[in-house]
Amino acid sequence: MTVQTHDPVPHRDTPDWAWYIGVPAMGAVLYLLYGQLIPISEWVTALFPVARDSHTGEAIAFFVYDVPKVLLLLTGIVFVTGVLRSWFSPEKTRAMLAGKNQIWGYPLASLLGVLTPFCSCSSVPLFIGFVSAGIPLGVTFSFLIAGPMVGPVGLGLLYGLVGWQIATIYLVFGFTIATVAGFVLGRMGLERYLQDWVRELNAGPVGDLPEERQTLVDRLKIGAEQVREIVGKIWIWVLVGIGIGALIHGYVPEEMMLRIMGGEAWWSVPAAVVVGVPMYTNAAGVIPIVEALLGKGAALGTTLAFMMSVIALSLPEMIILKQVLTGRLIAIFIGVVAGGILATGFLFNAIL
Amino acid sequence: MKNVKVYGPGCARCATTEQMVKDAATRLGVEVTVEKITDAKSIAMAGVMSTPGISVDGKLVHTGGLPDAAKLEAWITT
Repeated sequence: MTVQTHDPVPHRDTPDWAWYIGVPAMGAVLYLLYGQLIPISEWVTALFPVARDSHTGEAIAFFVYDVPKVLLLLTGIVFVTGVLRSWFSPEKTRAMLAGKNQIWGYPLASLLGVLTPFCSCSSVPLFIGFVSAGIPLGVTFSFLIAGPMVGPVGLGLLYGLVGWQIATIYLVFGFTIATVAGFVLGRMGLERYLQDWVRELNAGPVGDLPEERQTLVDRLKIGAEQVREIVGKIWIWVLVGIGIGALIHGYVPEEMMLRIMGGEAWWSVPAAVVVGVPMYTNAAGVIPIVEALLGKGAALGTTLAFMMSVIALSLPEMIILKQVLTGRLIAIFIGVVAGGILATGFLFNAIL
Repeated sequence: MKNVKVYGPGCARCATTEQMVKDAATRLGVEVTVEKITDAKSIAMAGVMSTPGISVDGKLVHTGGLPDAAKLEAWITT
């Protein structure tokens, strides 16, 4: 049998100019669409044979307004984030953090946690890569907490659905919790609670990867690819989240919300954390719920605590990390982060 | 014969990457052996922190995301 040698298949890629025109054009279309959401959603709601001001009418209006709104926002945020993050990589981040034992290693790690692209499926190699290169455990934790907690998707949706004030509060406190929790964990000397095989690893050969040159079009392609992948994967969570938000918006009476999630009930903050941790969804799924809760008069501190514990502490993530951390270390990790979330919740319920 | 290792814990993109390497080799008529490395420790010790990663004859050439098709062809032919 002879091996047939083909010419390299011509890569039928979209020409560069199409990207330079297509991306701004697409952006303009999405922006115009975004501006017309209220008339469009009201028109769709009117098609349903229910009174607009009934419970069901309110719920439907919430749903048909929020679904396109969240999906449009999500598309824009994921695209921009994908392009910006193409300048960062876990390898570069590791090089920046290695040997940073000083105090500012923690905020730097939190910042890089937000900017570095990584998916939870590679959090174990990433964790080992950091620790084996001599990055302190606490700094590594700051990085791992900040990534999901202060993700651009969460911030962008908060900004779009709830307003810039709360988005800013969330940014500042999420960032602070990641930094302080990493610092506290670092001070506790927890290295002995790593799984044995992780402790025995010595600084691995830091692969000197030749940097792949990327043009602007390459970066735009990464953004588009991210939109396809992420929006394609999480849209179902978004619909479920908005569905729950719509039910709360339409049916839950305000007096009941004030009793359960109002600022008066001190226990509402820990209860929100206890409910939030096992809930597995992502920022895009939980923020429509947050929008509905706040709209019904839930206290800001309680709602923030709920949102933070859903996003930052997730069971599947812990199960993945179980490969490298002992159960005891995971428990301490959850305890410290939950402590920061509780403090934030109580603080806001007290001052507002 | 080139030895290509694809590093990844088993996410969809890692499987796609492995298939891309095999397809490119068939298309170009290059003989390669493709190994899939799924164990977290080996992945990390190879210096890969974002998966999938690719090494050719022991040299790491790519990490994070699907490889570019044209670059992939260059890695396995040169």
